Amino acid sequence: MQKNILEYLEKTAERLPEKIAFSTGKESMSFSEVQGQARSVGTRLAASGLSGESVVIFMDKHPRTVTAFWGVIYAGCFYVCLDEKMPRARIDSILENLRPRAVIADKKNFATASSLGLEHTFLYDDICGTECDRAALADIRRRQCDTDPIYVVFTSGSTGVPKGVVACHRSVIDYTESLTQALGFDENTVFANQTPLYFDAPLKELMPTLKLGATTYFVPRMLFSFPVRLVEYLDTYKINTVCWVVSALVQISSLGALEAHTPKYLTKVAFGSEVFPRKQYDLWRAALPNAEFYNLYGPTEATGMSCYWKADRELSEDEPIPVGTPFDNTDIILLDSDNKRAELGAEGEICIRGTCVTMGYYNNPERTDEAFVQNPLVSAYRELIYRTGDIGRYNAHGELVFVCSKDNQIKHMGHRIELGEIESAAERGEGVGRAVCVYNADSKEIVLFYVGETEDKQLLGALTCALPRYMLPARLVKMTALPLTDNGKINRTYLKSLAANEN
Amino acid sequence: MEKLIEMLTELHPDVDFATAEDLIDDGVLDSLDIVSLVSQIDSEFGVTIPAEEIIPENFNSAEALFALITRLDEE
Repeated sequence: MQKNILEYLEKTAERLPEKIAFSTGKESMSFSEVQGQARSVGTRLAASGLSGESVVIFMDKHPRTVTAFWGVIYAGCFYVCLDEKMPRARIDSILENLRPRAVIADKKNFATASSLGLEHTFLYDDICGTECDRAALADIRRRQCDTDPIYVVFTSGSTGVPKGVVACHRSVIDYTESLTQALGFDENTVFANQTPLYFDAPLKELMPTLKLGATTYFVPRMLFSFPVRLVEYLDTYKINTVCWVVSALVQISSLGALEAHTPKYLTKVAFGSEVFPRKQYDLWRAALPNAEFYNLYGPTEATGMSCYWKADRELSEDEPIPVGTPFDNTDIILLDSDNKRAELGAEGEICIRGTCVTMGYYNNPERTDEAFVQNPLVSAYRELIYRTGDIGRYNAHGELVFVCSKDNQIKHMGHRIELGEIESAAERGEGVGRAVCVYNADSKEIVLFYVGETEDKQLLGALTCALPRYMLPARLVKMTALPLTDNGKINRTYLKSLAANEN
Repeated sequence: MEKLIEMLTELHPDVDFATAEDLIDDGVLDSLDIVSLVSQIDSEFGVTIPAEEIIPENFNSAEALFALITRLDEE
């Protein structure tokens, strides 16, 4: 039985030592290089007395960075990735929660990493050539269980204090196996990674790469500003698979790059974390009629993604893209407000059970106990489920549909309104690119932000035809671009603050 | 050109766009800025920048961007 994610790396390095595992395009590392340097890093960390604790990685996106991750795991520790683009206040708040003793940095970030004042500051280049102590690493492995943590990923907490989700080998192995099976990745898969390494999102590329001997290219962040260059990059490296946030895909389609510059090798497009605006989704489907499209859904707290829907049927015009069915060995329960199973077709809170459920929030038992709770349908024994705070329902096809996050469901003028419904109505309007709705609870106003060629008057006209009166936004705000979070998703928190300040 | 500098300064008040070069290579402008600029240039100058012209070379300085707008306007 596999109990450690490094077994993926070890088997593949033996089978395909010279194959490129990770690359930026300019610089690459083979599986044997990744394994060799990871063992060296692990040896050095263990020799410094680090064990069963967090190690911070402060490095730019590069094959070395993920090699450092595996090095930390070789030492029997767990990694936490920071990024130069993170505000210092966020870094400080993460470190306060984590209280780490060691950080590994690349040359570029070494000065900043040193300023963190930790007990050990390692320069990656200094430790990646350490002579491997096989006996020491074998000893560490013998003492490890598959319930030992691998990483802590910090999500933004609603209170402003980041929450660190702790995941173990068992959950990540479970996720890797079920994701690979559901999406049909194999040794010939060539991924282009978009998401930052300090989230759980890149596991979708990193883990199948290790397991299957596939290859992952880290796309330079800058290219996401230049759709035609981005498509050229995909073609140059014969990228056949992308798992991107919706906003990154929309960036290509909305600037009109898809028609003249269709990615030549792309056969799998997985997207998630956000609702795909239908018009943009249709543009992608039309541009790549032979590609497979997958909608993914899941929280960091359940190790990345939990559900998937393969686009194997046409959707009616106003039908939301389903999130489909849970991955193998994952179960979804919809709970109503009485903590009973919601009736078939009725809405309920999406709750997740299975090995994918993570170990909770680091050093934060209160928040952990709020979200990771005893399954209310079980009283005779202990079973923890994760409450996502998202509302879902099953459609006529028996597929799970994401309705809204609880935060996006409002009570307005006595009506329960889903802001997402207003958004998709707006996006169906002529000349509307993307629309985001927020609710200002103080002024009791629905505010709609949008981008596109249309004007307020036309859009309001279209909404009036499509929605009941109580759902009409009090204000429309046309923007030249919608603000994004670090992960590339629409920044709703920021828009909410805009809506509040403009009063 | 003045109008363009004003537009850019609104995005990043701390940058001197009259002299700054390598706006892309130095990471001054991010993808959100690009989308925003493309849309504002459309509405302010009446010039639609096609996807083929949305490349780093045309956005690295205010001068390069202005040259692009002028060229597209003449075409």
